[in-house]
Amino acid sequence: MSTTTPLAKAAGGTADFFDTRVGAGKMVKEFARKVFPDHWSFLLGEIALYSFVVLLLTGTFLTMFFVPSMTEVHYPEDALPVAMRGVEMSEAFASTLNMSFHVRGGLLMRQIHHWAALLFMASIVTHMMRVFFTGAFRKPRELNWVVGFTILILGLAAGFTGYSLPDDVLSGNGLRITDGVVKSIPVIGSYMSFMIFGGEFPGTEIIPRLFTAHILLVPALILALIAVHLVLIVVHKHTQYPGPGRSNRNVVGYPLFPVYVAKAGGFFFVVFGVLAIMGATLAINSVWAYGPYDPSPVGAGAQPDWYMLFLEGSLRLMPGQPEFVIAGYTISLNVLIPAVVIPGLLFTALAAYPFLEAWVTGDKREHHVLDRPRNVPTRTGVGVAILTAFIILVLAGSNDILATHFNLSINSITWVFRFLFFAGPVIAFIVTKRLCLALQRRDRELVLHGHETGRVVRFASGEYIEVHQPLTDHERWLLVGHEPVRPLEIGPGENERGVARPAYKKAVRRSKLSNFFFADRVEPVTPSELAASHGHGEHEEIESAESNEGLLTNASTRG
Amino acid sequence: MVKALASARRHRFAPVVLMLFALLAVGGIYAVAAPQAAVADSASQDDVTEGEKLFQANCASCHGPSAEGRTDVAPSLIGVGAASVHFQVSTGRMPMAANAPQAPEKGVQFSTEQTAQLAAYVASLAPGPAIPDGEQVDPALGDAANGMLVFRTNCAMCHNAVGAGGALSEGKYAPSLFNSTPTEIYEAMLTGPQSMPVFNDENITPEAKRDVIAYLMEQRADDSSPGGANLGAIGPVSEGMWVWIIGMGALIGASVWIGAKSS
Repeated sequence: MSTTTPLAKAAGGTADFFDTRVGAGKMVKEFARKVFPDHWSFLLGEIALYSFVVLLLTGTFLTMFFVPSMTEVHYPEDALPVAMRGVEMSEAFASTLNMSFHVRGGLLMRQIHHWAALLFMASIVTHMMRVFFTGAFRKPRELNWVVGFTILILGLAAGFTGYSLPDDVLSGNGLRITDGVVKSIPVIGSYMSFMIFGGEFPGTEIIPRLFTAHILLVPALILALIAVHLVLIVVHKHTQYPGPGRSNRNVVGYPLFPVYVAKAGGFFFVVFGVLAIMGATLAINSVWAYGPYDPSPVGAGAQPDWYMLFLEGSLRLMPGQPEFVIAGYTISLNVLIPAVVIPGLLFTALAAYPFLEAWVTGDKREHHVLDRPRNVPTRTGVGVAILTAFIILVLAGSNDILATHFNLSINSITWVFRFLFFAGPVIAFIVTKRLCLALQRRDRELVLHGHETGRVVRFASGEYIEVHQPLTDHERWLLVGHEPVRPLEIGPGENERGVARPAYKKAVRRSKLSNFFFADRVEPVTPSELAASHGHGEHEEIESAESNEGLLTNASTRG
Repeated sequence: MVKALASARRHRFAPVVLMLFALLAVGGIYAVAAPQAAVADSASQDDVTEGEKLFQANCASCHGPSAEGRTDVAPSLIGVGAASVHFQVSTGRMPMAANAPQAPEKGVQFSTEQTAQLAAYVASLAPGPAIPDGEQVDPALGDAANGMLVFRTNCAMCHNAVGAGGALSEGKYAPSLFNSTPTEIYEAMLTGPQSMPVFNDENITPEAKRDVIAYLMEQRADDSSPGGANLGAIGPVSEGMWVWIIGMGALIGASVWIGAKSS
């Protein structure tokens, strides 16, 4: 135990230097002891964080070779690729080709950057699904949900601005659609388009403008919001899945240092490694296949990156008729509705959901223990319905690829999706909710009966029974730990003197919504039910079958 | 004689006779000077005879005994030329297996010799585009960069930017060009099979057609996808699919591995 080696002295001295100047001791104590619960789904957000770090690293490399200019040049006759020799193009496109073919590691960096962008959005969406389905957005984390949601939107902005930079035909088509969408906004549309493009589309200014947004504005905002997101995680402490010994007042897990520093630090390299392998082996956005931007050509299979595909699908599904000319002004509802209104509704619903649910439940308590998705059937159903709408739009945006790869008629696909866009979410909601309720009933069954063992015993009286093995305390905790949520009850509309209650109508609306959420439910087994089922011994099967039936009818009357 | 001619000058039929001479002269000059469309070079009368037999046995049920076509069943083949027959038969599109939105490419039904005989027979019915010769379709003689410009202006909207194929309406489609031979590509441009428009020599010159072939051949060179597997070359949809399957798949797997320890 010699603490006076030169090394220890130096370390102690350095630590003391920082502690006395910036309060390092307090920070280390606070952060290093932060407890992180173990669950794979808590790492989804980290995938997003690490792909963002990879984006910053590779993006910095790319800025050194990219020329954000729309000045026209001719690609050199002795440069690669062969199909671009002598072709007229913008400097942006030429520099993209040059960094892909003539800068050592340039193509690898471009591909890692693009894959990381796709992965960034994919992991954000997956992380968001986890947070949604487990109810992690409940008080006190509603604002952090909004922060995360804003990062999602900024991620779309980052992807969109970066995707357009190489100035190729495909991304130019995307810009042209953007131009059309902006112009579809009534009254201010054409002015906004001129403002964005610095004149008539495409102009000569859009690439430098997108460049500034892509490398400065959007990433700075994302970085700032990531900082807020992470600080709020520390402030709120981490959520945890339900389990024995876990409550809303504690966090069970490992400290950040050393366990999670190692795990999370290692995970960064796993993410970077996967991205590097993808960048090295899978071609992405080979812009020389599309050629330099020219407003006239469009290639078959012209789609945006996956996270924008729902917008493309929305546009492809919309029938073209609702375009009107009123007093010389064109109102393009055929663009406005699918490209502005529908995504607007989807995103607003997503951002506002925590507040909506809090209002419906009237629950003002803090929640740090997560829900099992089956225990909140309506929320899970709503989530799956939103996802279904999104997936249908994504598939609709890929309708030509579906047509060629599955030998289908593109017209039939489009019509099927037009109906499915409305019917699919409803069906998905009903099916998911029913599945959740069924799973809850199975949980009840399991708690009351225990596991089937397959061991059949014959009594002296000649009666046969199957032996059931009771659940362990740990298993049972998981299945009965959640609290039942019942619909809000409202009193009469008038008080005893016949005077109308203020805000009664609002209460009725709220109660209706609360009924929608919680009328169908399977309540967890109560201790008395459990005791009763155990007390009845061999008659337990009959007993619980009856009580289950009662619940079934209760639920199905609302069907 | 001269006097007779001189007096006939004013005969009331003189303008008609003059017009006949003029028409004959124009027709005669045209017959000599007009661009020689057509006629497979080495088609002999035997080929035509054999081709007719094959035609009667395999094609006449739809296209009619003298290739005049049948309403709502099959088009007339009079004047489609050898190039069209060679394209349709040598890719297996004809004879058509079933009545579908579009004749798919399938196993070839006739030998090279039989195909040439069929082509010779149809070409003998009326002049039409001939099968291009080796030099016309040699990608080494074409300019891939110009081919890229021609291709993306005229072809990419249906066939995709690099010729991976694309969807058309009602189950029809523009096929992938990755396995088409230079001759087939040239013939398709010349004859406009199925939903494809005809790109005649005024529209895309023979040189430009060869440039397009050079560009398409460039797409299947060994170094055509320097970034790695091209994922079908159909753009962002397949890229998006693979980021979910490979990227998210691998990383969720890693997350389960990292998060699996304890509790």
